[in-house]
Amino acid sequence: MAAAAHDAGHQTSLGVDNRKLLMWIFLASECLFFGTLISTYLIFKGQSLVGPFPGDILDIPLTSTSTFVLLMSSVTMVLAVYGAQHGRLGLMRGMLVATILLGTTFLGFQVYEFRHFGHVGLNLGTNQFGATFFLMTGFHGVHVGVGVLYLTSLLLGSMRRSGLGKERALWVDTAGLYWHFVDVVWIVIFTIVYLIPE
Amino acid sequence: MATAVGTLSHTEDRSRIWEWMTTVDHKKIAALYGVTGFIFFLIGGIEATLVRTQLAVPNGNVIDADLFNQLFTTHALTMIFLAIMPMGASFFNYLIPLQIGARDVAFPRLNALGYWTYLTGAVMLTSSFFLGGAPNGGWFAYAPLTSLEYAAGKNLDFYTVSLLILGVSSLMGSLNFAVTIINMRAPGMTMMRLPVYMWMTLVVSFLLILSLPIITVALVQLYFDRNFGTNFFTPDTGGDPILWQHIFWLFGHPEVYVLILPSMGIVSEVLPVMSRKPLFGYSAIVFAGAAIGVLGFAVWSHHMFTTGLGTVPQIVFSASTMAIGIPTGIKIFNWLGTMYGGNIRFTTATYFSVAFIFLFTIGGISGVMHASPAVDGQHQDSYFVVAHIHYVLFGGAIMGIFSGIFYWFPKMTGRFLDETSGKWTFWLLFVGMNLTFFPMHFLGLAGMPRRIYTYDEGLGWETWNLVATVGVYVIIVGVSIFIVNFFRTMRQPQTAGDNPWDAATLEWATSSPPPEHNFDVVPEVHDRDPLWYNRDHGIAPAAKPEHLHIHLPPPSYMPLVVAMGVALLGIGGLSHVAVAVLGVAVVVYGIWGWALEPTE
Amino acid sequence: MGRSGAGRIIAIVVSLVITAATVGLLYIAFVDSANTPQTTFQAMSENGQKAQDVYTLIFILAGIVFAGVMALTLIFSLVYREREGGKALQLHGNSKLEVLWTFIPVLIVVVMAVPTFQVIAETTGAAPEESLTVQAVGHQWWFEFDYPELGVVTAGDLHLPVDRPVRVILQSKDVIHSFWVPQLSGKVDMVPGHDNQLWFTPNTPGEYLGQCAEFCGISHANMRFRVFVHTQADFDAWVQGQLAEAATPTEGLAAEGAQQFTLSGCIGCHTVKGNALAMGVVGPNLTHFASRTRLAGGMAENNEAELRRWLSNPPAMKPGSIMPNLNLSPEAIDKLVAYLQTLQ
Ligand code: HEA
Ligand code: HEA
Ligand code: HEC
Ligand code: CUA
Ligand SMILES: [Cu+2]
Repeated sequence: MAAAAHDAGHQTSLGVDNRKLLMWIFLASECLFFGTLISTYLIFKGQSLVGPFPGDILDIPLTSTSTFVLLMSSVTMVLAVYGAQHGRLGLMRGMLVATILLGTTFLGFQVYEFRHFGHVGLNLGTNQFGATFFLMTGFHGVHVGVGVLYLTSLLLGSMRRSGLGKERALWVDTAGLYWHFVDVVWIVIFTIVYLIPE
Repeated sequence: MATAVGTLSHTEDRSRIWEWMTTVDHKKIAALYGVTGFIFFLIGGIEATLVRTQLAVPNGNVIDADLFNQLFTTHALTMIFLAIMPMGASFFNYLIPLQIGARDVAFPRLNALGYWTYLTGAVMLTSSFFLGGAPNGGWFAYAPLTSLEYAAGKNLDFYTVSLLILGVSSLMGSLNFAVTIINMRAPGMTMMRLPVYMWMTLVVSFLLILSLPIITVALVQLYFDRNFGTNFFTPDTGGDPILWQHIFWLFGHPEVYVLILPSMGIVSEVLPVMSRKPLFGYSAIVFAGAAIGVLGFAVWSHHMFTTGLGTVPQIVFSASTMAIGIPTGIKIFNWLGTMYGGNIRFTTATYFSVAFIFLFTIGGISGVMHASPAVDGQHQDSYFVVAHIHYVLFGGAIMGIFSGIFYWFPKMTGRFLDETSGKWTFWLLFVGMNLTFFPMHFLGLAGMPRRIYTYDEGLGWETWNLVATVGVYVIIVGVSIFIVNFFRTMRQPQTAGDNPWDAATLEWATSSPPPEHNFDVVPEVHDRDPLWYNRDHGIAPAAKPEHLHIHLPPPSYMPLVVAMGVALLGIGGLSHVAVAVLGVAVVVYGIWGWALEPTE
Repeated sequence: MGRSGAGRIIAIVVSLVITAATVGLLYIAFVDSANTPQTTFQAMSENGQKAQDVYTLIFILAGIVFAGVMALTLIFSLVYREREGGKALQLHGNSKLEVLWTFIPVLIVVVMAVPTFQVIAETTGAAPEESLTVQAVGHQWWFEFDYPELGVVTAGDLHLPVDRPVRVILQSKDVIHSFWVPQLSGKVDMVPGHDNQLWFTPNTPGEYLGQCAEFCGISHANMRFRVFVHTQADFDAWVQGQLAEAATPTEGLAAEGAQQFTLSGCIGCHTVKGNALAMGVVGPNLTHFASRTRLAGGMAENNEAELRRWLSNPPAMKPGSIMPNLNLSPEAIDKLVAYLQTLQ
């Protein structure tokens, strides 16, 4: 997103760029968004009247793999930020590509999982587990998807002649905040849904 | 207009409408918010007038039951989301950069997008009246009355979709305001030198940033329940209607402070200036405001005392609710302290501010009365609550907004609203609102439940209902005089001068109305009341430089494009998924175009 | 620094007089409203009385805060109104005062909180053992009352014995309703899927008005009921009457009405004990319909004219009524009315 006057960056009261501050505050808001979704999941945990129940269908090894993929994407994201900050454009682009691919892989896993659940009879309307699970992980998936688009646009931007300009590091850094946040949310969801038994 | 000010460039040959549609100037956006919000205030008022007319006499038959239910529901939604919040956003927009000494808000295009999204949601909500029926489940839409089983039409889908859109709009606005206040203060403007109004804005922004995501989830869940067969809130298949109440009020209570804190900020600006003395207890007022914000997240269940919460939760929420009276009391007493020893100019703005103290106290103490579950067993869902909400909302929020309008009008337009007719407006509103809303205490005491479209005679409710209805018509006269005053004033020459009230805050350091770039030279701040400090220390305003080289963000139509995408998304949510997909595409296109737009 | 001398005293006196007059007038109006049929301020049960004592206390405190703020606002407005050559006191604050006016609200809050908590603890817990149990079920838009221990089922009118605690179990068949008889108790919601409870001990025989207090759809305004508190003997007699089965009339219009009741499909929704066909549970149990004082969720008096009006088109009388317009002919209505009136 754009900033006001382009000189805003160096004369802010906190010394942080507006865009970065915006991202921080936005993520605070996101905390409550996911907090509410997760709370709803917890409230309805074990309240399903009919199956399939979580224990019946969750495939922990599979999702552990996809979780690992997402975790790796955070590592590549860190490297992309490093590249951007140190003017190593090649590293930055490469790592952005890697992050995007890892994110997309994660989404692939999720699509597979959702479809599989559909086949074994778990849909949004099946029971409380279905409703809360799909809503929560679905919104998380949307966030990953938005993140992929976000990073892709940075990547494309960096290919253009002006190449994200002198604020490259800031752009990538801010995107990194978002990406890490989405990752952390997944760790929480993964723990709550897959690791803590009913 | 990517140019230095003074060279009125190519905008001239564009149409004026296009200029307004693509503007990213915070002052113009403020005007858009203000005018639209006021129009919706009139619409909400007309809805209320119909409600009151139906209730004027027992067994009234002005409108039928279903229309009545639509009217009181949309009345509340309109007043809260389409009138007071946007009017608040209007003041925020106008004043934030001016009071903190900035050239614009941090994200001007995001700001424009906020307005256009608001307009989208507002039009969508209101259009429901003509598209099969407006929401009719009350403004807090308790499940399971709002489930598909008991509310089959589209009424409640209009509710979820338009509130979601309005939420996105407010979130964008609040993020922008928070960043601006935190990060774009003029040199010397420390946090503890911020005008109280800015503090209240900041608290409000954070309240919204932290509470909107909660209601967003609730609305999505309700939407899914109604459209995709999930079961969050209906009991038959494991859902829980009480969960909706918890989530709604977890948002809903902070929301009521969103409505009142801006007006508290306005009063804290007006009273010291009009009393010609500094605000009494600045830090106390600021901390009390922040405390109210924090406590506001810990009291939501006081709306649910009658739902069978259980003994301990009742006690806990009763205690936290009563505790809110303490910081609020501190504010009230500090305002009185500000009047004490003053040399008070009773302008229209002063009248509204002083009335605010008194009327808000009435609403506040009835609030504290409901805070006792023993009492609330009788109050809940009775007209006593209706009296409470209108004393805090009309006596508080609206009175504050009117005070702000009269106070800042000279700054915004260079013209004074007519004082004589302003005082007429004041007295008519004051008398009218007391006539309308005080009797509701008596009605509540006499056991009249709220949200009833009819009642029998013989219950002792006739007189006070009639008085309340008469009161609305008095209010209408007062508001109409204000409208006339506005249009007449706008035809006067601009004679107000930079600082007609001899006020202390930065917005009065620039011309009235301010230039597009706000300040020729951004002032340096030495004190909490900068202009008084300069006046008393003989510091002259910095000379106007010969040449100004100020870059302002150029106008952009991308916010409009994105807002159109959001509109399509909303229409899709009400009709067909294909439209929604198109909407997403437009949004993505708009954001992409936005990112590529030159910002200089 | 504002007015001084006589001007100041006059201003203060005027303010105090206005405040006192306002408080006085409001007091009169409040008392007046407390003397209305559905009043929230004349408790006729033990628990109600406890709550009302708290209410009274809080009301007085509210009145004091109201009067205090009103008087100060008026006094300051009059005394410190701008005067030629006046000077404003340049004060930034005063820590002693800040402490004082933090302390005053704290004190008020404590005074309100302590009795509140006591009363909540006493009145919201489990009902005493010896209580009479009533199951109150909310329907869109009428109240059903079952006495599981006595085997009585009725609607619209709730009968209770005096001086015996009653435990009301609150349920709902559809949306949220709220059980509210202001003179007997504060309201408690009837939430589908949750069994709420409420108990109180009526202490004065009489007739009390009740009304649904939670918005429950189009006819929320028309969802009312009455409570009759009897001496124990009267209550027992009432129970005896309710336990009897309805005798199906065998001659005259009423007998034709009994057939019509089957023919018109009334049996699908209504139960009449003694009529083996009438077992419906969608609508109110009509076994002793004629002994009730009110009709259709307390909307109208239970007399012949209103009954005709009801049967000829229920939704016209009560918007949204679940009982549809059955397009009964006038003759059919005559018969049904005759029959229904035998259901004593
Ligand atoms: C601007 C909006 C606004 C504001 C500021 C408030 C402020 C307060 N509200 Fe209100 N409230 C609403 C808007 C607002 N409310 C709305 C819209 C509803 C209804 C929603 C619906 O059902 O539709 C509602 C409903 C509502 C209820 C639920 C009622 C019910 O449905 O049963 C309760 C219960 O506790 C409550 C309490 C309070 C309290 C304690 C405050 C406190 O913040 C008030 C504090 C102020 C004072 C106390 C006065 C000044 C203080 C002094 C002079 C000091 C000395 C006094 C004392 C210590 C007592 N409110
Ligand atoms: C911000 C909030 C706000 C404001 C300002 C108001 C203002 C008013 N409200 Fe409202 N009200 C609510 C918020 C608000 N209300 C809420 C939250 C509820 C609860 C809803 C629910 O239960 O779900 C409620 C409920 C509510 C009820 C209870 C309905 C019920 O329970 O059945 C009533 C009944 O009298 C009422 C009346 C009024 C009146 C008479 C006004 C008046 O102040 C309105 C004043 C009139 C005008 C402003 C009109 C102005 C001028 C003109 C019309 C002139 C036209 C001229 C031209 C067009 C040139 N309101
Ligand atoms: C579809 C279901 C249905 C049918 C069929 C039906 N009723 Fe009803 N009836 C109801 C419901 C529901 C109510 C409660 C209405 C209310 O108060 O909102 C009711 C109320 C009544 C009442 C008022 C009872 C009271 O205690 O206040 C009477 C009398 C009555 N019905 C008689 C009849 C007769 C006679 C017929 C047949 C001609 C009939 N009903 C057919 C559903 C039905
Ligand atoms: Cu039942 Cu309102
Ligand atoms: Cu609240």
